[in-house]
Amino acid sequence: MGIKREEIMPGVWLNYIHSDKFKTAQISFSFLTQLERETASMNALIPAVLTRGSVLYPDIEKLSNRTDELYGVDLCPLVRLSGEIQCTGLVASFPEAKYLPVTDGYTKEIIDLVGEVLLHPLTHGGLLIKEYVDSERQKLADNIRSVINEKNSYAVQRCIEEMCSYESFAVGRFGSAEDCENINYKKLTKQYHSLLMSAPMEIIYCGSEAFENISAFILEAFVTLPRGEINYDIGTDIRMNSVEESARYCEEKLDVTQGKLVLGFRLGEWMNAPDPAVLSVFNCIFGSGVTSKLFRNVREKLQLCYYASSIPKIAKGILLVTSGIDFDKFETAKDEILFQLDEVRQGNFTDEELGWAKTAVKSDLKSIPDSPGNLEAYYFSRILTGTLFSTEEYLVAVEEVSREEVIQLAESIVPDMVYFLRNDPDETAEDGEDQ
Amino acid sequence: MNMIKSDYPGIGETIYSGELPNGLRISVIPKPGFSSYYAVFGTNYGGAMRKFEVDGIVTDTPAGVAHFLEHKMFDMPSGENALSVFSENGASPNAFTSSSYTCYYFKCTDGFEANLRLLLQFVSTPYFTPETVAKEQGIIGQEILMGEDSPGSEIYYNLLSLLYKNHPIRDKIAGTIESIAQISDKTLYDCHKIFYAPSNMVLCIEGDVDPEAVFNIALEELSKEKRSIPHADFGEPEDDLPSSPRKEVQMPVSEPMFLVGCKNIMMSDKKGPDDLRERMISSIALRLLAGQSSPFFSRLYSKGIITNSIDAECDYAAGTSTVMIGAEGPDPDLFLQELNAEISGIASTGFDKGFFERTLKSAIGGHLKGFEDFDETCVNLCLGLLDGFNCLDAYDLLKTLTKEECERWITANLSPERLAMSVVSPLRQ
Repeated sequence: MGIKREEIMPGVWLNYIHSDKFKTAQISFSFLTQLERETASMNALIPAVLTRGSVLYPDIEKLSNRTDELYGVDLCPLVRLSGEIQCTGLVASFPEAKYLPVTDGYTKEIIDLVGEVLLHPLTHGGLLIKEYVDSERQKLADNIRSVINEKNSYAVQRCIEEMCSYESFAVGRFGSAEDCENINYKKLTKQYHSLLMSAPMEIIYCGSEAFENISAFILEAFVTLPRGEINYDIGTDIRMNSVEESARYCEEKLDVTQGKLVLGFRLGEWMNAPDPAVLSVFNCIFGSGVTSKLFRNVREKLQLCYYASSIPKIAKGILLVTSGIDFDKFETAKDEILFQLDEVRQGNFTDEELGWAKTAVKSDLKSIPDSPGNLEAYYFSRILTGTLFSTEEYLVAVEEVSREEVIQLAESIVPDMVYFLRNDPDETAEDGEDQ
Repeated sequence: MNMIKSDYPGIGETIYSGELPNGLRISVIPKPGFSSYYAVFGTNYGGAMRKFEVDGIVTDTPAGVAHFLEHKMFDMPSGENALSVFSENGASPNAFTSSSYTCYYFKCTDGFEANLRLLLQFVSTPYFTPETVAKEQGIIGQEILMGEDSPGSEIYYNLLSLLYKNHPIRDKIAGTIESIAQISDKTLYDCHKIFYAPSNMVLCIEGDVDPEAVFNIALEELSKEKRSIPHADFGEPEDDLPSSPRKEVQMPVSEPMFLVGCKNIMMSDKKGPDDLRERMISSIALRLLAGQSSPFFSRLYSKGIITNSIDAECDYAAGTSTVMIGAEGPDPDLFLQELNAEISGIASTGFDKGFFERTLKSAIGGHLKGFEDFDETCVNLCLGLLDGFNCLDAYDLLKTLTKEECERWITANLSPERLAMSVVSPLRQ
């Protein structure tokens, strides 16, 4: 399934994927900016404030009434990271008109609504509403803090923060709770206008409406978008080597019953000419899925953990291995994970393992065109990493990945951070004495 | 064998269903033009079915057997693990156990027939040894420990224990370290034989397949024998009131999380369309009460009483039905006070007519979107069939619901004395 890409306004790109087979269509609008501590939380906050109320639909209830009226269009804030490019905006997902008792204008009404929410927020004296900003700011800060409720994600996030402490990647998708506290409605209004004026915008549509119609609907809904000089000077700083000679270590204590061990790696010199197909295949051999070395050895054979899997982030050139372990298994589990990586480096994987990995990657790729949401996400990442090929082309590339290419990538990988979330043995001992 | 074709033009789907001579119920939704396949094979056996009767014999088992069995079924007599074999074929398999059901499923894009045969074979072929059971006790022990760090699970089970005095849904599906220690290979073989008979199971498929071929594969792979269906004993019926109104625990969370609930006394005592209708009413009624568009949500959100959406749903499990309304916010008791005020407002003035109509429209769109997803469609189809209804009927049924039914559902269920609240609050330093 191909994509058509066209600049329809200055710095506004429409990426169009045609499909008749779905019951729902989807359209996303993302402003692209450089991830920076000073603006990250503000950028993340903007779509949340916009969905609180617009000129036509001034509060949540009225806006929800409108989305309900339009057969439950999901209009949601969308904040994503691709390396150190922060993407903020809205996504609308809605039933295809042919399944509804509606007239032809349905898709246009949806795009009008997105334009209304994105470009015509409710303001007072030209400024975003203080009450909306304050309450969304609080909510965002709470959400950032609530990552601690899920210990696995918390450990992964902490590992990234420690590993990339000198890089803006550590700021994270939403920025920090402390940065949120410093936002006020005046500052946020200024940042909002700066996004409208200068941030490149990527729009991705997947559905049955013709390209010309979608383009025309957007141009009409966005007629008031005030574009100035577009800031294309955005990108990701990729560090190839570890910060210190050997991997740094960070331990944190919390009241947990299971330890979380996260290892952070740099993809190294391989990032000079990264190839997503090779990384996907490597990742399946090493740490993703039940045929991977981590699953079969660290979890199944040695039973060192409840789960162990690897997560690559190609846009930043890093790889994370996350696992849940007993506290006393720390050394053994860590050594075994590193040993399994070494096995890949040494080429100690069978042709069968290589084949399984390719089969798994290909299976995922083949299923992408079966869902509008997956298509959107796939092309979003292709556009942001400048690798705009279709799933069919990706499939061919995966097929061609060689054993040597996998080894080359594995050889390039450098451990940079060992993060361990554990209980506090002293406190547990004291509790024991009390009882 | 009879295969019935039913068209659902409203959602653009056709379903083929039938029952094999061994009692297995099958439903197939063909999806020409799609590369993905999804299959789910489910049994009417879940964590709450600890005591049961079949052919006049009553058996009592420790907590956690259904879930333990789910883990161990992947071991095949050949020494291989079904997970690996699926993965080698490029399929992603998995399974889940709830209070009422155990379901095994896979999705794939290639080799559908081989994968389907494998699914039917491994789920119907038990293979356990004392050694593999002992090994699994360690793995599940870890899973149980991990659940203890989850505030979501804590808050849920605490609410159930406030609402139910004896019913086994109070207990965690995976059991406890102590209860799973009592499980032996014999327990597993016995329970497999009773609950994994085709007559107690359902198979649902979605993908670009020929329904007849699916029926034939199931005929070839599964036992021909039609066995008696087991009956679970959930203990004495319980009264409508909670045993205690409130429970609070402290955990490392960023702000209080709370779940308010009651037993759903409007639950239908009939299986089939009546049951489905009541479920649709509960879902619309709770949306009208606390959904994103409701005046209640809007008011609480703008006052900062809640910091995120309200999660309101009705859970149907093991002969029970439980209303659960969850949110996060600084003051759980204030939330409860507001909820009671809202319900008494609904009792006196009812829902706005326009609001009701818009909510139905939104639900129609939501249903359509739900059918986009193979996983969701197949699993809902499977669970519905195990409960005696066809979830595809819900779409047309939605359009017939009335505002009055929804109001009655809310006011009958959610009276203050029937509500209990479970809270997880941040640790005090």
